[in-house]
Amino acid sequence: MSHQQALAPPADQVRGRRAHPLARYIAARLGISVLLLWGITLVTFILTNLVPADPLAAVLGDQAAADPVIVAQYRKQMGLNAPLPLQYWHYLVRLLHGNLGTSAQTRNPVAADLATVFPATAELSCFVLVASVLLGVGLGLYAALRHRRLADQVIRFASVTGISMPTFWLALLAFYVFFYKLRWLPGSGRLDPTLTPPPHVTGFYTIDAALAGQWSVLGNALGHLVLPGLVLTLYMMGLLVRFTRSAILDVLNEPYVTAARAKGLGPGRIIVGYVLRGALLPILTMVGLAFGSLLSGAVLTEQVFAWNGLGQYAFLAATKLDLQAIMGVAIVVGAVYIVINFIVDLLTGVIDPRVRRG
Amino acid sequence: MSRLASPVAGPRVRLPEAGSAWRQPLAVTGLVIIAAWLLVAIFAPLLQPYDALAQGTPMLAAPSSAHLLGTDALGRDVLSRVIAGSRVSIPSALILVIASLVVGAVIGAVAGYLGGWVDEVLMRCTDMVLAFPTIILAMVVAAALGPSIRNAIIAIVVVNWPQYARVTRSLVLGLKTREFVVAGRLLGNGPLTSLRRDILPNIAAPVLVLATLDFGNAILALSGLSFLGLGTVPPTAEWGSMVSDGMQAFDSWWIGTSAGVAIFTIVLAFNFVGDALRDSLDPQARRLVKEH
Repeated sequence: MSHQQALAPPADQVRGRRAHPLARYIAARLGISVLLLWGITLVTFILTNLVPADPLAAVLGDQAAADPVIVAQYRKQMGLNAPLPLQYWHYLVRLLHGNLGTSAQTRNPVAADLATVFPATAELSCFVLVASVLLGVGLGLYAALRHRRLADQVIRFASVTGISMPTFWLALLAFYVFFYKLRWLPGSGRLDPTLTPPPHVTGFYTIDAALAGQWSVLGNALGHLVLPGLVLTLYMMGLLVRFTRSAILDVLNEPYVTAARAKGLGPGRIIVGYVLRGALLPILTMVGLAFGSLLSGAVLTEQVFAWNGLGQYAFLAATKLDLQAIMGVAIVVGAVYIVINFIVDLLTGVIDPRVRRG
Repeated sequence: MSRLASPVAGPRVRLPEAGSAWRQPLAVTGLVIIAAWLLVAIFAPLLQPYDALAQGTPMLAAPSSAHLLGTDALGRDVLSRVIAGSRVSIPSALILVIASLVVGAVIGAVAGYLGGWVDEVLMRCTDMVLAFPTIILAMVVAAALGPSIRNAIIAIVVVNWPQYARVTRSLVLGLKTREFVVAGRLLGNGPLTSLRRDILPNIAAPVLVLATLDFGNAILALSGLSFLGLGTVPPTAEWGSMVSDGMQAFDSWWIGTSAGVAIFTIVLAFNFVGDALRDSLDPQARRLVKEH
């Protein structure tokens, strides 16, 4: 009996149709992401239909909005007389065709508007993400290793300061000191007004300039990135330092680290092979979640540095009650956040087999 | 032992300290700053040298003995406006945190306690709200409802409750199968009684710590919306809108700086205190109440 059991294939293979656990995990995560995306379209649709202020006045102008004939014609033209669920269905079908509607503000298709402003924010965010992950994880690790020593106290204090500064105020300070007073760095926009943007490939001015070999434009674009990038990095770094530090401290108390130490491994191998590896997953998850804070911070920072990105566009749309544009921004931003966290989930599943079994 | 526990950190070991919040200088500094701001808010009418809304002649005057923090573009005394601003920011942040806590904790407790499809649906909704960057959703809500401090609070509560729901749910999940809770149910307690009598006292501490840490974020979010012009309406003295005023009058650095320092100090103070309180939680709860 026991002999037969030993020869029998494992239970997983008997049920041959059962997919690989990693594939199942990915499918489940993908399903949840799609569900979340659909939810976002529903939430934005409901929110924008709950608006008590009259968006028609914003679209048509006060004079035209006072004329019932024009209003009726507009409502008919836009399909606003249909019942809400039907309107939502039309909206969803339109979305799936990549049609985000027309902005009342710029009179352009929202999708086209977003295609021009999105790369600006993405460029800034990527710059900040790379800088803050490198600095934040590095300093957080160092602080944890020097737990309760002077270096730890200093880093901890600096990181609390970083997350306690109002981003918009810090942006204003940086603008005032480094641009207005010292004139060390350019303060507003993505390029000097005298320069023309490089030919559009990715929409990132730095990459496009490098591809076109326009080195002076590249230098100028980098210079413009420094101040807004620095302001946002300070905040993101604060978040990541704090989180990394406590994640590493948790791992340092794990028995397997003690065992590695007892085996006589050197501190370098313990840090890289055991401590960092153990803390990698929570840090990765945190980076994904912190991306939302980064986008929020970008809205406020863009305002100060006249950075013509998603934040400025969203702000203009919100203050002018440009509903199509607001919905477009919410959907794009929500989608980016969901995609980033989907990637984080995937990496988590690849790195940690326990996750995909659960 | 200590060497083994922290192989690369040297011989120091982390000891559980009794009343650790009081032994930490940062936490005490934080408490002092919070107490000072509370006093300023309470006694604001007595402390303001001028009326915060009164417009006067020296416009954009630099700090002097007559106007300790100078005046703004309409000749209003900046110090008086900073003091008056405490009466806007502190109570609204308090309302915001309490409202988010109540909404989030109720949703989280119901999800965790009932489990099953209720849990699944509620948590998916929570994830959905979390997928919106705070400020964008808040901007949409604030713009739709019209700018006012009340609408700004509503807008931020709409996006802020999920963190409370998540923490509460995890805590309730951990507690509901514990012997004393099960024993209570066997004695005939209904779900509501069980939640109130057995579970609530055990989740109160971590949730309140989360609220303390969140208070600073609440002030930042509210002043951020006001900075964008989606919070308080112009004549009101509010810190975020004062920073925005400072952006308009660039050479008068004292306007934006004073308001910014006010926001910064109170947020920093709450983070100091929140950190200390968080460290005093037991390790399991501490892991749930993430540093943010």
